[in-house]
Amino acid sequence: MELLQFTDKGIWCAAGDFYIDPWKPVQRAVITHAHSDHARWGHQSYLSEHAGIPLLKLRLGADIHIQGVAYGENIFLNGVKLSLHPAGHMIGSAQVRVEYNGEVWVASGDYKLEADGISVPFEPVRCHTFITESTFGLPVYRWEPQQQLFSRITNWIYENQQAGKASVITAYSLGKAQRLLYHLQDKVSRIMGHGAITNVNELLLSQGYPLPTLERVTPDIPKAAFKNAVIIAPPSADDSAWMRRFTPYSLGVCSGWMQVRGHMRRRNADAGFALSDHADWNGLLQAVTATGASKVYATHGFSSVFARYLGEKGIDAQEVTTAYGDEETIINPET
Amino acid sequence: MRRKSPPPMAMKKPLLTRKHNTVQQFAQLVQLLSNSTKTNEKLDALSQYFATAPDKDKTWVLALFSGRRPKRTVNSTQLKNWCIQATGLPEWLFNECYLTVGDLAETIALLLPPHTHPASFPLYHWLQQLQQLEKATEAEKQAFILQAWDALDDSERFVFNKLITGGFRIGVSQKMMVNALAKTYDIPAATLSHMISGNWDPAQVTIEALLHQSTSGADASRPYPFYLAYALEDTPAGLGPIEAWQAEWKWDGIRGQIIKREGQLFVWSRGEELITDKFPEFTPLTGSLPDGTVIDGEILTYANGSPLPFQTLQTRIGRKNVTRKQLQEAPVAFLSYDLLEWEGADIREKPLIERRSILTQLIDLQQQPALLLSPEVNAASWDELALIREGARAQISEGLMLKKKSAPYQVGRKRGDWWKWKIDPYTIDAVMIYAQKGHGRRSNLYTDYTFAVKDGDQLVPFTKAYSGLTDKEIAEVDNWIKRHSLEKFGPVRTVEPKLVFEIAFEGIAASNRHKSGVALRFPRINRWRQDKPVSEINTLDDLKTLLRQSGSPEDKV
Repeated sequence: MELLQFTDKGIWCAAGDFYIDPWKPVQRAVITHAHSDHARWGHQSYLSEHAGIPLLKLRLGADIHIQGVAYGENIFLNGVKLSLHPAGHMIGSAQVRVEYNGEVWVASGDYKLEADGISVPFEPVRCHTFITESTFGLPVYRWEPQQQLFSRITNWIYENQQAGKASVITAYSLGKAQRLLYHLQDKVSRIMGHGAITNVNELLLSQGYPLPTLERVTPDIPKAAFKNAVIIAPPSADDSAWMRRFTPYSLGVCSGWMQVRGHMRRRNADAGFALSDHADWNGLLQAVTATGASKVYATHGFSSVFARYLGEKGIDAQEVTTAYGDEETIINPET
Repeated sequence: MRRKSPPPMAMKKPLLTRKHNTVQQFAQLVQLLSNSTKTNEKLDALSQYFATAPDKDKTWVLALFSGRRPKRTVNSTQLKNWCIQATGLPEWLFNECYLTVGDLAETIALLLPPHTHPASFPLYHWLQQLQQLEKATEAEKQAFILQAWDALDDSERFVFNKLITGGFRIGVSQKMMVNALAKTYDIPAATLSHMISGNWDPAQVTIEALLHQSTSGADASRPYPFYLAYALEDTPAGLGPIEAWQAEWKWDGIRGQIIKREGQLFVWSRGEELITDKFPEFTPLTGSLPDGTVIDGEILTYANGSPLPFQTLQTRIGRKNVTRKQLQEAPVAFLSYDLLEWEGADIREKPLIERRSILTQLIDLQQQPALLLSPEVNAASWDELALIREGARAQISEGLMLKKKSAPYQVGRKRGDWWKWKIDPYTIDAVMIYAQKGHGRRSNLYTDYTFAVKDGDQLVPFTKAYSGLTDKEIAEVDNWIKRHSLEKFGPVRTVEPKLVFEIAFEGIAASNRHKSGVALRFPRINRWRQDKPVSEINTLDDLKTLLRQSGSPEDKV
């Protein structure tokens, strides 16, 4: 029997009797990170990296039964050795290493290779079998270095200010929004946020993360205050009455999908920035190589393309269907 | 696992520093135009561009955005193959990328490795270089393209590739460009529109020459901008007394202008394409029409005193050399609407009634079988006219045109003086059976559908259609398709025959190229019939009944 199996509830370790990021309620869930398609409600017990606990509680309720472990700390479940390793996707995000009878598997969760300044950077883990995400597993997805990208965002903000417009940036509230705040904090004078984002920010500030304080957009803020300001909003606020209050404004969307013009034009954004917390094509290839794995499973994203390409490069690779969604059905893959 | 390092594409090339007046400026303009959804923003960007760009670049931009595409010297397949070689990617992976991106020029720009020999040149430099490749060997072309890719950054590469593949679909209408130029150069839009129409080569003409010529000294072939009508949404009663209006049949052919100046004849289509050579029927007019004459009208296939169905005209479109057989089976005539220039003078400001009276006399005197007058349709009241309009299909017409007798001939699409009063389209309820992803803005969304009608217990595909749904509906249908696919054939999916749509179309003709035996004209989705079960859709017999009623010959085309 394989050490990890793909079942209708999630990735299951029979020997250790636990699931990794299960999408149906189970006894014991090992969670790679706090995004909603990986961390679901209703499990008897949760296990995550220490830094993920407050975020999971914010998402799933303070009463969940959760155990924290540190990166690299070994724990044993029914004789199976389990440890978490930095995935660099967001605060507390981890790859799950599972070892039993000398065989090592790693499930990546979501990851990126570039250090974002806030989460612990990705570390490759050697293994025999690697289960990798492949959200952006197409060679057209190739990120520019973030310093370059942030300077483009900053320039866009300055241009908006010269035109007397507010800059509204949509970014996923958990992860992407903090990355933006961290990198923009010294460059702009006034940053405001949607409630969904200020909530997360307050929580992280109380945990001691190096983030700026974020002013919450409330109905009593005079319209004049929005002029020249930067406002960070979740993608769901796009084209809402909430957003119209900032008029005149320019809308910038931060998402890896913005790499392709067609996606950008569909969003009706004034500007699109391909800022992603997922590995790009080169990042995925680099990560796979670094594991030294002889067997690879590609999950959510362009999994069939990525698996086929690895196969042609001599790596035994296969696509697997998970509830983390694929390129076709997932509407907001950043969750 | 690393991306292959770029092949040695570097040639001897001076390293120039980046300047403002380069193709970069054009790349930024294209980016802004394609992202913006606001007309004013686009207008400002264009006007700003025309105020600051190098003169030679302006002329090219004007040409590119008004459909004057430079001659293709490199084709799409070559570009694709060279990109595959330069990146070392397998062809199937390139194709996957293209399916997602939906645009070849963009796919290539995204796939190429970062440039290693950045160089900056103005737009016209690249275009001239491309033109010079016409007689080059394949190897020389490849060397030039690889060198160019290695000099340009991602956004520049995209526009460079677009210059080759053609078709900047970035939501810039001719009207918008004319308005931007009018703003920059302070010339009235109507005058400007005329100045930039006609035959000119951006490699030969300067923008100053183009914009400073007077009408009289202009290129003899230059057409006037067409006046286009809006659809009448209400009944014509709101237009006032019928006596103030002239009604004509609305013909379904090719809108055109016949120009006779300096002893030469020119025939233009509304797409500003010179089509004189395609229609030898008009050659005798060279001798008979007086110099300084411009007639507006419609090119139709026409025999025995009446138009033939549009399908016969299609056998003449897109063919440079016409065979004798085609001339016999699909002879064309020009149905004249209006006279724009007479005795060398622009008479567009005169009221229609005056222009029409000169036109009528002119056509009478000509006695040319290929030059006819589009007849007026007379009625004593709007109600009577409405009745006459019901018979439009029997006239092989799409309805009526209403033109105000006192109005001048305007420029572009304007409300008020001209209205098209079309008959209602045919409609058929049909079920979706195949779906395919769209292109450009709709890449990666299933937006192109094939529809079927019932024939007993079979479903027979009869048309494709893709417009007419809102973005929200498209997203909903797209989502449904992804969950209800039966099979995948490359980009096409077979879906469960569940979703019913009302398909509207303007005409129907017999076709032996289609399984259903019919071909539709202008099919589009009218609405999504969420209220209608598949069991109640129309049948193949219903289509055949429409075919018979339309009077289209069943055994032709």
